[in-house]
Amino acid sequence: MRDARSELTRPIGVRLWLSGGWLMLLACAAIFAPWIAPQDPLAQDLFLGRMPPFWENGSEAGFWLGTDSLGRDVLSRILYGARLAMIVALVAGTLTCLIGASLGLIAGFYRGWPDRIISRFVDIWMAFPPVLFAILLIAVLGTGLTSIIIAIVIIDWTRFARVIRAEALSQSAMDYVASAQVAGRARFGTMLTEILPNVLPTIVALLTLEMGIAVIVEAILSFVNLSISTDSPTWGGMIAEGRISVHQAWWVLVFPLITLFLTVLSFSQLGEGLKDRFDPVLR
Amino acid sequence: MSGYLNIRNLSVSLRGGGPILRSVTLDVAAGQVHGLVGESGAGKSMIGKAVLGTLPRALQITAGEIWLDGQDLLKLSPGQRRHRIGATTALIPQDPLTALNPSRRIGPQITRRLVDILGWTKAAAEARALELLAEVDIPDPRRVMRTYPHELSGGMRQRILIASAFAAEPKLIIADEPTTALDVTVQKQILRLIAEMQARHGTALLFVTHDLGVVSKVCDSLSVLYAGKIVENARMRRFFMHPIHPYSAALLAATPTYTNPQGSLMPVPESVIETVEQEVTAHDRRWGRR
Repeated sequence: MRDARSELTRPIGVRLWLSGGWLMLLACAAIFAPWIAPQDPLAQDLFLGRMPPFWENGSEAGFWLGTDSLGRDVLSRILYGARLAMIVALVAGTLTCLIGASLGLIAGFYRGWPDRIISRFVDIWMAFPPVLFAILLIAVLGTGLTSIIIAIVIIDWTRFARVIRAEALSQSAMDYVASAQVAGRARFGTMLTEILPNVLPTIVALLTLEMGIAVIVEAILSFVNLSISTDSPTWGGMIAEGRISVHQAWWVLVFPLITLFLTVLSFSQLGEGLKDRFDPVLR
Repeated sequence: MSGYLNIRNLSVSLRGGGPILRSVTLDVAAGQVHGLVGESGAGKSMIGKAVLGTLPRALQITAGEIWLDGQDLLKLSPGQRRHRIGATTALIPQDPLTALNPSRRIGPQITRRLVDILGWTKAAAEARALELLAEVDIPDPRRVMRTYPHELSGGMRQRILIASAFAAEPKLIIADEPTTALDVTVQKQILRLIAEMQARHGTALLFVTHDLGVVSKVCDSLSVLYAGKIVENARMRRFFMHPIHPYSAALLAATPTYTNPQGSLMPVPESVIETVEQEVTAHDRRWGRR
């Protein structure tokens, strides 16, 4: 017999600390970018082009992670890039989750024709290659923050729908759902009070995973120059630019790449860690 | 028609498939315990589920009437039926491990029906829940109300489910093999508890089980089910003294006794199975495979 209260006071795992810490750091960077960025991320200075990071010879004071070929500060651009990444992760992730999870819940709980319609839709949707689909959508919607978010939501809701449907399906077969029905609960109420709390851990895990994916999709779109306008710094855009001059100035490519990698990794690890902690015991 | 629950010629079948229940007729008198016995797969649980309106989606009621307190449930709209069942009947489920919502505390799970259906205040419902938990011998009910299901043992959970079933003073309780998932030692306690609670509250009880020994201890009357067909409805005493149907007799003979545990462990004879199977096919031929 384990006590739920001791579960909650159990020390947070290393995984949660590291991933949570990195994401907090990034969130701060995004919020306070104008105050903490050492340079103007857009200021160009051709005399300061391709300066190496601070520990190498020939580095310039104040440009900690070096500069790109146009003399723009890499660190400042990464910090400003975090803004876009974070906004996309939060907004697109949440919207995708809301839409996908609701549809999945309805399909899994009500079965019958709602399930048939939603499931067939998901099948068809998943047959599209996602990146191509995203590029196509942006081409139709036009570039810009809203378009990116809409594109991500349109592409990725199926992931939630499918997983949550399966979860809701298995939960619906449990006796406590039947008990709630016998107790005279309306169907919709049963879904909200009995099924939803039990699929919530999965939803949370998927949500954080989705945030990571949203960051990647945004990076891919800015890599092919289909994200927001070219003058605001994005990680994907920086990677695209850095790729060209990787033999002369590796830092332009590597630093945004590491940031992107750590961010996506942190999101997925955060989800796993949270799921472990909040999954109702005895499953 | 006398009795609280009257099932008349209830037929249930797989959607687009064969029959599961074949013209089941049985009565549960108010305040009495009616046993429902049969082999696994005979459709015992399905009768309870048909009454409660929780049949699996793949099954449908094709014919018959379910009268609850003089009202045919199948003639009501789904919403009316749900409300009527919610206010008058309760379920003691088979598996206490899956019958409580793992992500909600015990307290609200007991009080919800009182608040939702009967319109009690939260405080009154909680007081009632505490009283009932004490009645089913739960130590420290106040603490248990705040725990989550996984913190409690199977026996404790079954006690809670029993308390919860009696909470709204239902007129009818359907107990679907309430002791099958428990240890033998706990089974006896739970059985006694159900019998005590039933006697004290005067609730009609439909007791689904495959254990004739259990039936003999708690029931006033019983129905024997084979392949979805009732082979015998009987008063308790008459059944054990003088079973009419050969299948019932064979079933009784197959029950091990304390005095002769080894020798009495015999299967139902082939010839008897043949007789029942013939009756079943005769029924299907007459009524069609609906």
